[in-house]
Amino acid sequence: MTNEEILEERIGEWRQYFRGRQAIHAADVEELEDHLRSQIDGLRQAGLDGDEAFLVAVKRLGDLDSVSREFAHEYSERLWKQLVVPPGSGASSLAIQRDTALAVGLAIAAGIAIKIPELFGHHIMSFQEGTSFYPRNLSLFALPFLAVFFGLKRGLHTRGWSWLAVPFVVAGLVMNLLPFKPEGYTEALAAIHLPIALWLMVCYAYAGGQWRHHEQRMNYVRFSGEWFIYYTLIALGGAILMAFTHFIFQAIGLDAGQVLNGWVLPCGAVGAVIIAAWLVESKQSVIENMAPVLTWLFTPLFAALLLTFVVAMIWTGSGIGVDREVLIGFDLLLVLVLGLLLYAISARDLQASPGRFDVLQLVLVVCALVVDALALWAIAARISEFGFSPNKTAALGMNLLLLVNLGWSALLYARFLTGRAPFSRLERWQTTYMPAFAVWAWIVVLFFPVIFNYR
Amino acid sequence: MNIDKDLVAASATPLVLAILSEGESYGYAIIKRVGELSGGELQWTDGMVYPLLHRLERNGLVDAVWGRSETGRRRKYYRLTRAGAEQLSHQRRQWQVVDQAMRGLWRIAADPALEPA
Repeated sequence: MTNEEILEERIGEWRQYFRGRQAIHAADVEELEDHLRSQIDGLRQAGLDGDEAFLVAVKRLGDLDSVSREFAHEYSERLWKQLVVPPGSGASSLAIQRDTALAVGLAIAAGIAIKIPELFGHHIMSFQEGTSFYPRNLSLFALPFLAVFFGLKRGLHTRGWSWLAVPFVVAGLVMNLLPFKPEGYTEALAAIHLPIALWLMVCYAYAGGQWRHHEQRMNYVRFSGEWFIYYTLIALGGAILMAFTHFIFQAIGLDAGQVLNGWVLPCGAVGAVIIAAWLVESKQSVIENMAPVLTWLFTPLFAALLLTFVVAMIWTGSGIGVDREVLIGFDLLLVLVLGLLLYAISARDLQASPGRFDVLQLVLVVCALVVDALALWAIAARISEFGFSPNKTAALGMNLLLLVNLGWSALLYARFLTGRAPFSRLERWQTTYMPAFAVWAWIVVLFFPVIFNYR
Repeated sequence: MNIDKDLVAASATPLVLAILSEGESYGYAIIKRVGELSGGELQWTDGMVYPLLHRLERNGLVDAVWGRSETGRRRKYYRLTRAGAEQLSHQRRQWQVVDQAMRGLWRIAADPALEPA
């Protein structure tokens, strides 16, 4: 390498170093770089060699921290990373525009798609007997568009597209051709499990076909958490918008209910799926991830809750009452604990040594396992008495699936805390386990109706 | 000689405005000019002049445009605005008052550090 190349490389490193700071924008770095280069030129004319000139120039420019602090002082709003996508931020602005057009286009397409079946006599608003078309197919109006969004964004190859299409086509056929009994359990179960099954299929498009990569799967977990938060926020905003619309039209004696429930709500709900995904994608690097923050906030609270619950149960000696909803309630509890675990993992520095938070996390998981084991015990007795119904089987299957996941996680966590295994094993276990959820969800969708005779 | 930090900070704005009143310029040249004017005594940390310039730009005292240097590199040039010129004359009067008061004092009282003990 010549001296010039070495100098260029060092300036490049310096630029990267400054670019990492939030308070200093790319244009500012460019301005500072012009300064640095002018300084270096001046010093070299004075007789210094490239290396010396670089060192002196960097020194004179001031250390990164104090310059960055000065910029932050000047632009305090920059630290509140703006929510809006910055327009025209250099070379990537074309890509941003393309993504925006793609997301908005697909959101509109989803909004139109959900209204089309109405032309054939299926009414969104009516939930009478025999009109379960919409609840059954709801995820098919949003998730295919989400898959297309990621497929296009990641540049999926032709074979990838055909693989991606299979689950959606199968789902469409199964949900509409199987002879479900009206208001049957298997139909409801299929409708609940289909979004889970398809969501995990979208992972294929998200990963650009490389769904086997554990890193990609973990990214999809991160994406899912952020997406959920964005979607909730959009839904909240949408609800406020609708409430106001209703209110002001009522003031002039018009009832907006028909339009709101028939158009704004369904079209907005499916469109927001794409918009939320697009926001998460474009904000990935700009906004601090929210899911881990919420995890840190709620892990101690849930750990305290479960610990108290276990203690109270031992103290009073009362068992868990077994009625219809108990099993589903405990499923949800385990899902929640798994979520807390996943997002704690997703944000964790894999190299960091065990800390107090890790102990707390283990306490949470173990408590959840104890509570769930007690609930299962109570329910097993009941099932052996009355036999398997579709609902109970589905809930039980999900419960066992979560139990295995959390049980093994607890073991790995304990090994990590005692220094016998690296943390990455735990992350690896979670990403390895992901397909199990997909398989179970598909079993419920595809085989439960047949097994339980469409009841 | 090490000039007090507060004094450096206080004089930075009028210095930059005054230098820009000589004509359009850019960060590096401004710092060099400050060095020349003070005989190398007034040393700024170079990186600090940019946040200052940006603040003046935001307050409408200077205008900034991206141009090219002699070697073709992209460079941001600053120019004094009308508001900036007004601000400068305002500051100038303030500094003249301070300067005058100081001069009067320096004439009466001798520098104790330079007195032979």
